[in-house]
Amino acid sequence: MAVVTYRQALHDTLRAELLRDENVLLIGEEIGIFEGSYKITAGLLDEFGPRRVRDTPISEEGFAGAAVGAAMLGLRPVVEIMTVNFSLLAIDQIVNHAAKIFAMSGGQITVPMVIRTPGGGGQQLAATHSQNLEVYYAHVPGLKVVAPATPADAKGLMAAAIRDDDPVLVLENLALYNTKGEVPDGEHTVPIGTASVIRPGSDVTVVAYSRGTGVALDAARRLEANGVSVEVVDLRSLRPLDRQTVCASVRRTTRAVVFEDDWLSYGIGAEIAATIAEGAFDRLDAPVRRVAAAEVPLPYAKPLELAALPDATALIRVIHETLDASGFTARQAASTAG
Amino acid sequence: MPEIFMPRLSDTMEEGTLSRWLKQEGDLVHKGDAVAEIETDKAVMELEAYDEGPLIHILVAEGTTVPIGTPIAMIGTDSPATAQKPPLEQAAQAPDPSAAPPTPPQDPPAVPATTVATVSDAGEDSEVRTSPLARTLARQNGIDLADLTGSGPGGRIVRADVDAAVPTFSERAAGRSPLVDDDEEVPLSTSRRITAQRLTQSTRQTPHFYLTTIVDAEPLLAFRAQINDRLTEPGLRISINDLLIKGCATTLRTHPQVNASWDTSRILRHRRIHIGIAVATDDGLIVPVLHDADRKTLTAIAREAHGLAQDARARHVSPASISGGTFTISNLGTYGIDHFTAVINPPQAAILAVGAAQPQPIVRNGELGVGTTMALTLSIDHRVLDGAVAAAFLADLKTLLEQPFSIVL
Repeated sequence: MAVVTYRQALHDTLRAELLRDENVLLIGEEIGIFEGSYKITAGLLDEFGPRRVRDTPISEEGFAGAAVGAAMLGLRPVVEIMTVNFSLLAIDQIVNHAAKIFAMSGGQITVPMVIRTPGGGGQQLAATHSQNLEVYYAHVPGLKVVAPATPADAKGLMAAAIRDDDPVLVLENLALYNTKGEVPDGEHTVPIGTASVIRPGSDVTVVAYSRGTGVALDAARRLEANGVSVEVVDLRSLRPLDRQTVCASVRRTTRAVVFEDDWLSYGIGAEIAATIAEGAFDRLDAPVRRVAAAEVPLPYAKPLELAALPDATALIRVIHETLDASGFTARQAASTAG
Repeated sequence: MPEIFMPRLSDTMEEGTLSRWLKQEGDLVHKGDAVAEIETDKAVMELEAYDEGPLIHILVAEGTTVPIGTPIAMIGTDSPATAQKPPLEQAAQAPDPSAAPPTPPQDPPAVPATTVATVSDAGEDSEVRTSPLARTLARQNGIDLADLTGSGPGGRIVRADVDAAVPTFSERAAGRSPLVDDDEEVPLSTSRRITAQRLTQSTRQTPHFYLTTIVDAEPLLAFRAQINDRLTEPGLRISINDLLIKGCATTLRTHPQVNASWDTSRILRHRRIHIGIAVATDDGLIVPVLHDADRKTLTAIAREAHGLAQDARARHVSPASISGGTFTISNLGTYGIDHFTAVINPPQAAILAVGAAQPQPIVRNGELGVGTTMALTLSIDHRVLDGAVAAAFLADLKTLLEQPFSIVL
């Protein structure tokens, strides 16, 4: 297994899929000559030519709609939307067309397209360029939404998304592009709709995804020194959501905290909390808690941006509060004293 | 085939014991017939039928305790011979709290409105706070959550609290009693348990403060003797307690702030005055309520209070007779107690503890002499009342009791 960056894993996967299936094509702004704003598509225009790697004007609704049409006719377009913020311009094509054609055609027409788009804050890109809009898409039946946290999952989920017959949004994260990790060589897919227990533990479950998974692992490592065993569940897919894995973990640990970069209200954390209430209520020893971003447009100023985004310190504090809420601290202290 | 369910007869009731069947299998039951006697946490009550027909199956044996909503009998239209009889619920065995009810608790059958409505005890937050896991584990281990003290936020019972109780439980289950030979474990009656639970809750959640005043009891005793001399009704006597009930009710009328309750997060001031009288019974405290005590004559109070106390000791109280109190009097004077403080009967705002009227050295006009005095101690919920308001009430009560003729004005 090679150690590569998240960025490299995405690039290698796109290239491999272009080689594997001639119906795969890439389409988006500046993905050809400029090799992509984040260089994910570096070198692909030279290798595959303009029929397979299409540069477009600034026209998100237009090229997203073109991809829907191409997919309906049997191609497998992979759309790059430069950042998730711009996907709002294409939301009618995504929500009203890509998501619904299979159902509205009575299953006669599939839309095997991928929309890959990076998002997230922390890059000092200010309020309109730092958003996490996953809830907008995860809410919609007919769409699949994945948010890989590691280079290996970036490869596995991207490959699965391209081969899927339904429209899939692959939400990349700007903060992850340079992170490194082992990636399986050769053929590697991750089934869409499966979460992963990325770190086993026994005292509390932290449910996270995308950048949050790394934050959760960091918190887990730091808490281990205090004798707290944190289990980290990486959702990987936001729709379909692997409710079983989440509930099974919480049933083991009896406590849960959800971490997300998105705003708190109506968010993924709310969905997870409800899932746990439905699936693991009788095993809960403390209320489910959520850690999320401050509910403000993300500030540009770096200290303010850092203050608005949730971090490992915030997560650790809430984990402690959750443990305290069910007497964990008292028990630890007692056993130490005894 | 209509079923009869274990009814919910009070807010605090979670399970009931079938103490006696009044109808037998095969008996014809009419609507409104009493079919069984149910022992709840507070009393023994008759269960009426809501359907008509032969009682074809008794599902719960006498002496068995089952959760509310559990079917206890079936009334049918077909003959007893043809219907297949379901097994008798764990007949005569000790109740097994870990056993799930045969059906999930359903809405209890409609109980006559008069019974239900009066049971409601506004603001009585009798819920034991637990985590769902603690509740599950307690049920699995047959532990009563009411016996546990919660270590979580706000006294919430969490897994650690149940775990701590489990060894004790398993030791008992294994027959290895942790008790030494000198001790004897007293089986906890439902009533005792609820008393313990509610009073623990009261001391834990209610910020109490106490005011004591010493009343010159001589005029009161003289007044009582005078009245009793003139009473012609056989067996009727006015007690000091009756005078206190009337005195408190009268004083509450001019101090409506005291006739109040704490209802979760607000104060409820009651327009009617219902005085509870704490009565000790063999297995717990019962507080029958004398409704509208301020509008009743002294003799009516005497008659009613006497009857209520007798019923309470016999545990034959109706939900109506123990509900809705707005103020409570606890009198240990007959036991010779000089002075004590009582625990507030939630959600009420105050309780009056009455000591014995007995000879004491007193100072009158600067001279030491012998008089008869009685200590009154008011326990007050500081969330509802402040010191000055409560003190004014107590001062007026003292004045009234020292000029007892005004009680009957």
